Amino acid sequence: MKSAQRLTLYLLLAPAILWLGLLIVLPHVEILILSFSERVAPRVYAYGAGNYLEFFTEPLYWRTFARTAIMSIFVTAITLVLAFPIALYIARVAQGRTKAMLLLLCLLPFWVSELVRTLGWMMLLRETGVVSYLLRAMGLADQPVELLYNDGAVILGLVYGGLLFMIVPLANALESLEPSVVEAGFDLGGSRWTVLRRIVIPHAMPGIVAGSIIVFMLTVGNFATPVLLGGKNGLWFTEQIYAQFITRFNWPQGAAFGMLLLLLSSIIVWAGLRLTRQSLGTTLRQA
Amino acid sequence: MLTKRAGLKLATAFAALMVAGTASAAEKLRLLTWADYAPADIVQQFTKETGIEVEITLSNNEEMISKLRATQGAGFDLVQPSQDRIAGPQQEFGIYKPLDVSKLKSDLFIASMLEATKKNTTLDGKVYGVPHIWGTDGLIVNTKTAPNVADYNDLCSAAISGKASFRAKRPTLIAFAFANGMDPFASYNDPKAYTAMMEKVGAKLAECKKNVKYFWDGKEQLLNSLRSGEIVAAMAWDTGGWKLNSENPEIKFVAPKSGALGWVDTFAIPAKGRNDDAAYKWINFNMRPEIAAKVAAAAGNFTASNGADKLMQGKLKDQFAESFPKAAIDNIKWYPAVPAGIEEIEGKILDRLKAGS
Repeated sequence: MKSAQRLTLYLLLAPAILWLGLLIVLPHVEILILSFSERVAPRVYAYGAGNYLEFFTEPLYWRTFARTAIMSIFVTAITLVLAFPIALYIARVAQGRTKAMLLLLCLLPFWVSELVRTLGWMMLLRETGVVSYLLRAMGLADQPVELLYNDGAVILGLVYGGLLFMIVPLANALESLEPSVVEAGFDLGGSRWTVLRRIVIPHAMPGIVAGSIIVFMLTVGNFATPVLLGGKNGLWFTEQIYAQFITRFNWPQGAAFGMLLLLLSSIIVWAGLRLTRQSLGTTLRQA
Repeated sequence: MLTKRAGLKLATAFAALMVAGTASAAEKLRLLTWADYAPADIVQQFTKETGIEVEITLSNNEEMISKLRATQGAGFDLVQPSQDRIAGPQQEFGIYKPLDVSKLKSDLFIASMLEATKKNTTLDGKVYGVPHIWGTDGLIVNTKTAPNVADYNDLCSAAISGKASFRAKRPTLIAFAFANGMDPFASYNDPKAYTAMMEKVGAKLAECKKNVKYFWDGKEQLLNSLRSGEIVAAMAWDTGGWKLNSENPEIKFVAPKSGALGWVDTFAIPAKGRNDDAAYKWINFNMRPEIAAKVAAAAGNFTASNGADKLMQGKLKDQFAESFPKAAIDNIKWYPAVPAGIEEIEGKILDRLKAGS
C-alpha cells in the first residue's frame, strides 16, 4: 500500500523532473563544461579557465555587462514606479467587470509576439515615423526628429515589455490588504503619504520584490528589443553571447559569457533581496 | 484550465501532426540558402521534372556555418555559403562532404569561375564547393543628397554626418583596409601583421562611427532607410543598389575607387546530407542557362552559369554597365579563402567598434 503510494507520487512527479532535468539542468551542465574548453588548434581543444579570464581582462566585455546590469536595474525601477499606481487602482478601486477589463487591457499587447511589438515601436519612433510627423505637424520641431537607435528607446521598449510582469504580482499583493488597516491609519491622523509609506508599501513589499526580480531577469536576458531599438553605441550583453556563438563560431567563449550572465544576475538578485530584507521564500509565494 | 476532454483532443491533434510530419513519403531535398536564390516557380519546375520536393531554409553565411556546426553537418542536404567560408570552417569543424565533381556537368559553368572557386574551396586535395551566384559589395549612394561619395572613406565625410551606414561585419573591415592603402588579403596568413592592420582599420572606423545612423543587419531595413532618405550612402550589396535604382534613378550603386569586393556563393554538401543525388540534380538543374537566368533575375545578381548572361533582361545589364566601367571590373577584389583563426581577430575589433562610444 505504502509503496504503491510512493510509486504514484514518483509517477506524478516524473514529468516535472524530466522537464527540469532534460531541458534545464542538463543543457546548463553541458554549457558549463563547454565554457571551460579552449581552442588550441583546429579540432583540438584543451581544458582551462581562459574564457572566464577573458571576461575580466578585456574591459570591453565586463563593461558591456555592467552597462546591461545598470540599465536593467534602471528599467526595473521605472517599471515599478509606473506599475504601482496601476496595480493599486486595479486591486483597490476597480470592481467586478472593470477590474477584469483593466487586467485584460494590460494583457492584450502580449497576445502578439515581442518582435511585432518592438517593430511597432520602430514605426512610431523612426525619423519618418508617427511621433516625428506629429511633432512637426504641431510645430514643435522644424525638421524630422530621430527618436530611435538610442538608449532611451531601448529603455522605453523594455519598460513596456516588463510592465505586465510587474502589475500582476503587485496587484496580487495589494489585494490582500485589509481596508480597515488603511482606515485605521487615516483615523490615527496619518496623511495620504504616510499611509502609503508606512502601510501600503510595506504590505506590498513581497509583490514589489517578486515583480522586480521577474522584470530584472527578463530585461537582463532580453535580446530582440535592445538589438532592434538600440543604436550603434549600445551593446546588450546577450548580443555578445549571440556574437560569440553565431558570428565568431567561438562556442566556449559564448558558453562562458552565458554562465557569467546567469551567475552575475543571480548575485544582483540576491543582493537586492538582502538590501530589502526579503527572503526568497515569501517572495516566491507572492509571485 | 485545460479540461480533460480538451487535453485529450489536443493530444490527439498533436499525435496526428507528428504522424503527418513523418509520413510524407516523397523524396525531399533540404536546401539551406539565401533569400531569392530558390524562387517558387523554379522549385515547382524542379519538382515537376524530378519528383523531388524542395524544403527551403533561408539564412546567411555565419548562421549556415553555425547551424551545420551544431549538428556536425546534419539537417540539410545542400547549402550555399560563400566560397571564402568553406575551407576554413571545414578544417575547423568538418561540416562539409567532398564533392564528386564527375556528377556535375562542368560545361554548364563559366570555366574560369569554376576553376577559381574549386581552388579556393579545396582542402587536402578535395573540392568542397562549386560557384552559383556572384556579386559585389560596394556603395549605394543617393547621388542627389550625397553627390561626393565615391569611396568607402567618403562615408566618414562630415557632409553626410548621421546619414551613412555599413555593417559591423568583416567585409567592412576588408573594405576600409583597402580604402586606406592596405592589402588585408596579403596578410591573411600572418596573424600578427593582420592584427596590427585590423587595429588600424578599427581606429579608423571608430572615428567614422559618429557618421553612422546604425550598423545595418537586415537588407530590407537598409533599403527602407535609403528609400525614405534617412540614409543617403551606405556600404552594401550591388543587388540592393540596382533594386533601388529601378525605383528611383537618383540612387545608384557605385563601385568604390579602392575596389568593390567580389563574392561568390557556392553549392556545398553538408557532411551528413542524406540525399546527395537530389543535391547534384538540383545543382545541374540550376546551372542550365534558362533556369540560371531566371534565378539571377530574381536575386538581382549574376550567375556562374555559362551562357545565362545572354538570356538576362536588359535592365540589370545596363545597371551593371553604369556601375562597373571596365577599370572597375578589373579592380574588383575577390575574397581569397578565409584561413581559420582570422575571424577571431576581426571579431574583437568589431566587438569594440559596436560597444565603444
